[in-house]
Amino acid sequence: MNPRNTPTLSGWGRLPAPGVEKLSEDLERLTRGAALTRGLGRSYGDSSLPAKADDLVAGSRMADRILGFDPETGVLRAEAGFSLVELNRLFMPRGWFSPVTPGTKFVTLGGMVASDVHGKNHHVEGCFGAHVRSLRMRLADDSIVDCGPDQEPELFDATVGGMGLTGHILEVEFALARIPSRWIHMESERMPSIDEFLAGLGRAAPAFPMTMGWIDCLRRGRSMGRGILMAGRWAEASEAGELAPRAAHPLTMPVDLPNLAINDLTVAAFNALYYWKHLRRRATTLVAPDPFFYPLDAILEWNRVYGPRGFTQYQCVIPRQAGAPAVREFMDLLTKLGGASPLCVIKDCGPEGRGMLSFPLEGTSIAVDMAVSPEIQSIVDRLNEFVIAAGGRIYLTKDRFTRPEHYRAMEPRLERFLAAREKYDPHRRLRSGQSVRLLGDVA
Amino acid sequence: MKAVILGGTTGIGRAIARRLAERGDSVFLLAREVDDLTRSAEDLTARHPKRESVGHALCDLERPEGFAAALDAADAALGGFDAVIVTAGLFATQDALEADIEFTRRLVTVNYANTVVFCEHARKRLLTRGGGRLAVFSSVAGDRGRKPVAIYGSSKAGLSVYLEALDHKFHAQGLSVLCVKPGFVKTGMTAGLKPPPFAGEPEQVARDVVRAMDRRRPVLYTPGMWALVMLVIRWLPRFVMRKINF
Repeated sequence: MNPRNTPTLSGWGRLPAPGVEKLSEDLERLTRGAALTRGLGRSYGDSSLPAKADDLVAGSRMADRILGFDPETGVLRAEAGFSLVELNRLFMPRGWFSPVTPGTKFVTLGGMVASDVHGKNHHVEGCFGAHVRSLRMRLADDSIVDCGPDQEPELFDATVGGMGLTGHILEVEFALARIPSRWIHMESERMPSIDEFLAGLGRAAPAFPMTMGWIDCLRRGRSMGRGILMAGRWAEASEAGELAPRAAHPLTMPVDLPNLAINDLTVAAFNALYYWKHLRRRATTLVAPDPFFYPLDAILEWNRVYGPRGFTQYQCVIPRQAGAPAVREFMDLLTKLGGASPLCVIKDCGPEGRGMLSFPLEGTSIAVDMAVSPEIQSIVDRLNEFVIAAGGRIYLTKDRFTRPEHYRAMEPRLERFLAAREKYDPHRRLRSGQSVRLLGDVA
Repeated sequence: MKAVILGGTTGIGRAIARRLAERGDSVFLLAREVDDLTRSAEDLTARHPKRESVGHALCDLERPEGFAAALDAADAALGGFDAVIVTAGLFATQDALEADIEFTRRLVTVNYANTVVFCEHARKRLLTRGGGRLAVFSSVAGDRGRKPVAIYGSSKAGLSVYLEALDHKFHAQGLSVLCVKPGFVKTGMTAGLKPPPFAGEPEQVARDVVRAMDRRRPVLYTPGMWALVMLVIRWLPRFVMRKINF
């Protein structure tokens, strides 16, 4: 624990590290000499935390201007601190949406590139980086360069999913996608077991551009992996009607709940309610984009439900070659290890993108929130050992507990990334808590 | 509204400019750097589907000789403006100001003398066309002499008195003067300071300011809680003010 007066920063999982972030509208000036840039702090672990207390952390969220929008092509250029909340608010009514959106809209464009975020449409559209046309960056030597898929491609590929370790992202240019309406046509289905779930995901993928599932991760035995599969597409204008979705008025979690609030009993009760709320086996509904894409954004600061102990998310992808048995075994291990949480999400991923450390690969991604407990390190270790054996990998944006030897074992692409880093930042001026932990940077 | 905003590229000024642009009002930006102006103008242009590009001109509160030309440029671009908003100003902590006499001179000159001069240029133009709206950022710091804001607060106190008098004098001629008194707002200006309770966000302050301009109110405390806080502070006896560090 830190003494009360030491300022700290923390990720979404609320495990603090000593440090302060500097904020300014002038990101170009602010990033000069900075060790790390940080957006809205939604990465769960230590990827947006400083390696040591006096490292300069540049906060990008005040650098939030749109620098150009072409209403013909949908190409948007903006400063890196421009957020998805603003993007949706301004452009959804005009018939445009981000080509890829993660599960929260409280993210900046810079963060979306650094994490190379994916969404429910990964099997069709790939990651966010696949839609980026150009980046302006400040490199470790303080020079400013532009890069893109065809310009300085090595820098671009290392930066997309590179967790901010190749340079500070100042500006992002990408193409928005046209949407026919402001509503989602959603088909949902209760799935009684993991095998049926995987088969359902497989059936839904070719039929729907967006798929994902929620799993009751407390169930064992025959109903292990039961949950609700959600598949959707943008509704056509004729289906959606004239009505615009109501503006969301999020509630705010006012206090930290006690550590004990999330336990096996409360989670089991929540999960049973959530599962059986879906009374009919199959349902077709028209839903607004916010509850479809961002169900958790309805409660601001929801991370406080885990209490002062904090939490982490374990997200991995099991490659398709390992097959359904591997996913079943993983679920078996996960439920055996415990670490109850109401949030467990499963998703079919499409092929790997060009980002050197980009997370998704063709297979099944599983994400589960876990409260921090004395056993958390050994739980993560056990899961990682399984994932390594299955040929999968973890998502750095969520990670706080993976050991460096495990990360190296699951990441054959690391050598290429480290070579790019050697070229663009030979003195390792750019670093984070995560790069110290996983890549051996000096704090 | 056809509004000129001095300081509209950053902080609360940026939030006000966005709010006006998004609801379809015409906006013209004044600030100190060309690159900053062109970027903000592009931002505002993109925020409304049917907007013509937003105009801008250089204007620096430290260079009063440029005020007239900047306002003329705004007038030409907007076809006669009917609202002028001033959010620009200098800020530093009391410790920093006590350590730097030259910056103290610059700050009181900009925040009081030059802001008054700018407002004089603006209100004369507004009055020739039958009035309009003038909204200027003073501060809660100008409500009472206080230890942590002795110098900054005095520059804002002078400005507040000037704005009140303008309102008295020209109200009948159609000029509505709004003296904005923000409390602590989380902007680039206050970045690095520890936010007190009731610290505001720029978007929230911008919403309050635009609403107060629409309703032609003379004084606005924002966030609203500061009206109550300053009411108490204004009535505290001198011996108490000597003791406390607020």
